[in-house]
Amino acid sequence: MAELLLVEAVNDALHVEMERDESVLVMGEDVGKLGGVFRATAGLQQHFGKARCIDTPLAEAGILGTAVGLCMAGWRPVVEMQYDAFSYPSLDQLINHVGRYRWRTRGKMSFPLTIRMPYGGGVRAPELHDDSPETYYVHTPGVKVAIPATPADAKGLLAAAIRDPDPVVVLEPKLHYRTAKEEVPDGEHVVPLGESRVVREGSELTLVAYGAMTHVALASADALADEASCEVLDLRSLKPLDEDGLLASVAKTGRAVVVQEAPRVCGFAAEVAAVLAEKAIFDLRGPVIRVTGYDVPYPYWQIEDAYMPSVERVVDAARRVLAA
Amino acid sequence: MSRVLPAEGDLRRVIGDGAAVPDGEVDGLSADELVSLYRDLVMLRTYDERSVVYHRQGRIGTYAIFWNHEAMQAGSVFALENRDWVFPAYRESAIGLVRGMPVSTVLSWWRGHPAGWWDPAEFNVASICVPIATQIPHAVGFAWGSALKGEDRVALTLFGDGATSEGAFHEGMTFAGVMKAPVVLFCSNNQWAISTPISQQTAAPTLADKAIGYGMPGVRVDGCDVLAVYEATRDAVLRARAGDGPTFIEAVTYRAAPHATADDPSIYVDLERVEEARESECVGRYERYLIRTGVLTDERAEEIRQEALELMRAGIAEAEAEPPPDISLVFEHAYADPPPSLLTEEEELRRILGG
Repeated sequence: MAELLLVEAVNDALHVEMERDESVLVMGEDVGKLGGVFRATAGLQQHFGKARCIDTPLAEAGILGTAVGLCMAGWRPVVEMQYDAFSYPSLDQLINHVGRYRWRTRGKMSFPLTIRMPYGGGVRAPELHDDSPETYYVHTPGVKVAIPATPADAKGLLAAAIRDPDPVVVLEPKLHYRTAKEEVPDGEHVVPLGESRVVREGSELTLVAYGAMTHVALASADALADEASCEVLDLRSLKPLDEDGLLASVAKTGRAVVVQEAPRVCGFAAEVAAVLAEKAIFDLRGPVIRVTGYDVPYPYWQIEDAYMPSVERVVDAARRVLAA
Repeated sequence: MSRVLPAEGDLRRVIGDGAAVPDGEVDGLSADELVSLYRDLVMLRTYDERSVVYHRQGRIGTYAIFWNHEAMQAGSVFALENRDWVFPAYRESAIGLVRGMPVSTVLSWWRGHPAGWWDPAEFNVASICVPIATQIPHAVGFAWGSALKGEDRVALTLFGDGATSEGAFHEGMTFAGVMKAPVVLFCSNNQWAISTPISQQTAAPTLADKAIGYGMPGVRVDGCDVLAVYEATRDAVLRARAGDGPTFIEAVTYRAAPHATADDPSIYVDLERVEEARESECVGRYERYLIRTGVLTDERAEEIRQEALELMRAGIAEAEAEPPPDISLVFEHAYADPPPSLLTEEEELRRILGG
């Protein structure tokens, strides 16, 4: 076990998986010689050569589109989108082809590609480097989505994504690239997709979160310690969603607040709330409340804190549920 | 790297007109191969003409007509080896036929029946791309990825003039040039994208001129001259195989039929040009060439047409005999490893439908 930053854990996963499977290649903007603008791909080109760690033109649709062709030629590409909002030009390829191609070939062709990208705000960056686009990906049939909150999960979920026979999008909380540090298992480490993690046990309220918001949920549970016993559930995978884990937690606590950084309408928190409405309504002792970003463009960084779900907002929502 | 030059203005031609313009020839094509190419043209023409009829009879759905595009489709694929891959657009929906795909498969696709699927690796033909130009990066990635693996495979992708305005064209061409991918980028310029004429598609003098910006040669051929198409593609394939990278081919024709069965081109098209294009259509032009040069007789040509018609009759019968698809095909194959929620949904649908 080594103590690693989240971004170092991503790098470790790439080294381990490229070593393990020679059909894995990494491609994206600045990923090779520079090692990525966040250094997530540092050392890969030196170790595995230019054929397996490829600096591409600045063309995200071209990156994902050629990755489709690379899959057809027998490769297992791991594509880096440099920033969340830079991934949007590739949505055409994602929606029209990546999520659809396997079905169109009756499963004869697999597209085991991984798209990884830093996502989310709070890093005092220009306002187009802060998006939380997970809903677009989750909503695309044929595509799976994982979002780690911790270094160990960043390594394990990325490894699972690379090994998965289906296309997987992994969103990495850039706010925590260099703030989260913990012991990460050496060598091969896989966190299966579709398994949530109880970060803290509790009995009166479940705070449901994923990615960067897991840390906000945890801090909120601390803030509420004198008022209520809060369980913190980190979903880790949005698709497949660990419905059993979610329902088990809410069956125990009877209350849920769902925290999401992305804008509110049709965000993933709405999906969680809908699952609870359909399958846990008789366990609930109060409304399911969402704490989310607002339906506005991500703001300039001097006022971004007002946009982001905060401990204060989560605590306020929790108190409303507890009082119901 | 040798300097990339602007495209030549004149269209490459091989076939003459039987009068003032003399016939040329293509080195290395035997009489059998010339007839084989004719058979491909006739198969595609027959497929297309019968499909319009089947559509009117309500036996297939909306259909994208490719009448007079057969020379571009058959001629370019004829320049490939079987191990090379084809990445078609919807206008090339029947391209698999020249690679041995059953007629019923293509007809089933146009019937919206799940029997209209294929394994791309069986025919080395990718799934039909319906969005415009997005198959171009696939072909480039496939070609580049094959080269990275040390495999001798070339990719050919076909698309229309409208596709050259798309971002996917630009990004695919960019990657092809930078990665020196062994790919042939074949534009069937029929001068219309539904109702949008080429003059509103680009201000470039020719589409082939675009190639220079991506560091690859651009070649212009007469899209109704199957031998010119074949020759230009063969040159591009040889170049790709030699490791010299991609080539852009602009094959020029004029769309002589509606965009699709749902289109009424009389509102926008130049009917005189359509008439000219119909008179000089590509299958008859090649047939007359083969007869002039003594490779084909009228009797043999008629036999080949009858064979194609017979394949169509058998193909539509087979497609129509497909049993109604099982609903499991809605769910199956979307994922190799499906989310549990999807399995639950399928069970629920079966219960509701009274399985």
